[in-house]
Amino acid sequence: MDTNGDSGDTDADTTGGRRTRAVALVGARALALAVVALAGSIVLFVLTVVSIVLVPVGVGIVTTPWVLAAVRGFANRRRLVAARWTGVRIPPAYRPVPANANPWARCFHLLGDPAVRRDLMWLPVDMTAGFVTALLPAALLLYPFEGFALAAGLWRVFTDGTYVGWWYGFVPVGGQLSALAAAALGAALLVVGVYTAPFLLRVHFLLTRSVLASGQGELAERVRVLTETRQDAVDSSAAELRRIERDLHDGAQARLVAMGMDLGTIDALIEKDPAKARQLLAQARRSSAEALTELRDLVRGIHPPVLAERGLGDAVRALALRMPIGTEVDVDLPGRLGAPVESAAYFAVGEVLTNAVKHAGAERIWIDVHHTPAHGGMLRISVTDDGRGGATIGAGSGLSGVERRLGTFDGVLAVSSPAGGPTMVTMEIPCELS
Amino acid sequence: MRVVLAEDLFLLRDGLVRMLEAFDFEIAAAVETGPELTRALADLAPDIAVVDVRLPPSHTDEGLQCALAARRARPGLPVLVLSQHVEQLYARELLADGVGGVGYLLKDRVFDAEQFIDAVRRVAAGGTAMDPQVIQQLLTRRRADDRPLGRLTPRELEVLELMAQGRSNAAIASQLVVTERAIAKHTSNIFAKLSLDVSDDDNRRVLAVLAYLDQGR
Repeated sequence: MDTNGDSGDTDADTTGGRRTRAVALVGARALALAVVALAGSIVLFVLTVVSIVLVPVGVGIVTTPWVLAAVRGFANRRRLVAARWTGVRIPPAYRPVPANANPWARCFHLLGDPAVRRDLMWLPVDMTAGFVTALLPAALLLYPFEGFALAAGLWRVFTDGTYVGWWYGFVPVGGQLSALAAAALGAALLVVGVYTAPFLLRVHFLLTRSVLASGQGELAERVRVLTETRQDAVDSSAAELRRIERDLHDGAQARLVAMGMDLGTIDALIEKDPAKARQLLAQARRSSAEALTELRDLVRGIHPPVLAERGLGDAVRALALRMPIGTEVDVDLPGRLGAPVESAAYFAVGEVLTNAVKHAGAERIWIDVHHTPAHGGMLRISVTDDGRGGATIGAGSGLSGVERRLGTFDGVLAVSSPAGGPTMVTMEIPCELS
Repeated sequence: MRVVLAEDLFLLRDGLVRMLEAFDFEIAAAVETGPELTRALADLAPDIAVVDVRLPPSHTDEGLQCALAARRARPGLPVLVLSQHVEQLYARELLADGVGGVGYLLKDRVFDAEQFIDAVRRVAAGGTAMDPQVIQQLLTRRRADDRPLGRLTPRELEVLELMAQGRSNAAIASQLVVTERAIAKHTSNIFAKLSLDVSDDDNRRVLAVLAYLDQGR
């Protein structure tokens, strides 16, 4: 029995000891965190503001990247301890800076990074709410010891027992008795502190994460959109390849086979029946011409040659020239776009034009293509027709195909088409000019 | 007649050289890139340039741009542009200076050697050779909203089409198997219906028709 009891006591002691050490560690960490959060964030915030203010003067161009790197280091340090102390993961999401960027480009690249901006927004939060949430657990664990000290005799420093010389929390300390009350309050606070400090420290890091990490909801939505558009892109390119295969198989390939056969027959006939051979020769030539025509149409459907040779502007102009109805084109593109965007935009315009002619019964079409450098670059295309209107982005309509096509590039399709017309289809694709 | 030829694909270049030589043309140079073409056109002063639209190093419409630049430097320099595809847009750019001596044909047209050589000779003589597909495109567009064109008889439309390609009355007559006088009558009817000035000069006549078909775009 004794042994059992003893061992039980020892167990309690060791768990108690471990707990004490753990709680003490939490308190120390929280205290250190509070001090670092306050001092670090204030210093870095001031430096950042000063550095950014100095950007127009020129000095800021050089200093800002340094200060921002320090801020990043400060934030990364916090990310590290968050994961190590409380298991709160705050993934960093900085964009890589181009290797040989000049200071100017470097500075603005950094300032344009959403992750860096979140860092800067976090600094004021950290010096206020962050400081408080770090200080609270530290205070809950340290403050009780002042109560115990008062009860142990510290009260004599403040009063001789005749007046209230010190307030411990809400307890007026005016003698040994009230000092004991202070100790009782301290004990109560300590109990609360021991149980809540780890959670409070965690609250600090959760707060940090809510500011530093990009929104999870936003991220989930982005993942959903990307999955969807990727599926669309894969599906449509597979369908496209199947169509090309079929066209080649039934078209040009078959014609070339026929041509080879004719040539073989000609070879056999050339001496026996020259007239018949000549007739077959003409047929072989026709076959080769037809094969070429089919290949040409196929190529136009894969990647129109004008698009490769001249870019989107002239490709749309050439497309307009092929329209059976009057089509005005206004292009403002100071450079070439990326090949995939060009192609998507071209086929989107083609589809919209076909709709306007086939379904809207339009007599005139206006196309406007322009690129604005704002918001990282945006290609805007609007196609307006004077047809009967009533176009919608519905299932199976050509426009939903256009929407999917643009979706791969985070492009947006908007249709305004009241019954009776006019119809205006606007497409926007974020992209840069090269 | 001295020809500068620009075509980047060896097989086609070789074939064209052989065909042109078979018809007694002298090949002044057969080049494969844009810069080489520009140099050859400046140095060799050929009677005609036969140029592929797409040339290295850029593999864009470099051949066309070189030809247009050479024509700006030497107005009326006969240029026959060949391509795997024809675009009205390019045809318009070639015709823009209104001097003639331009051709724009699909590469397929070399299948018919005699007609192709006829086109080369026509262009070299300051005439025009437009691919039937270009003319088809122009006519399809114009016919949709053009009243005067709608008043032409089917035969007259046929004649107009061949005329717009740059063919002479004699060539049109032999193709349609009628007399040259019948064609002359059709032409004057066409010009009257489209209210175009009749001109004895074949070349000016073709340019007028092409300008009419391409107007207002």
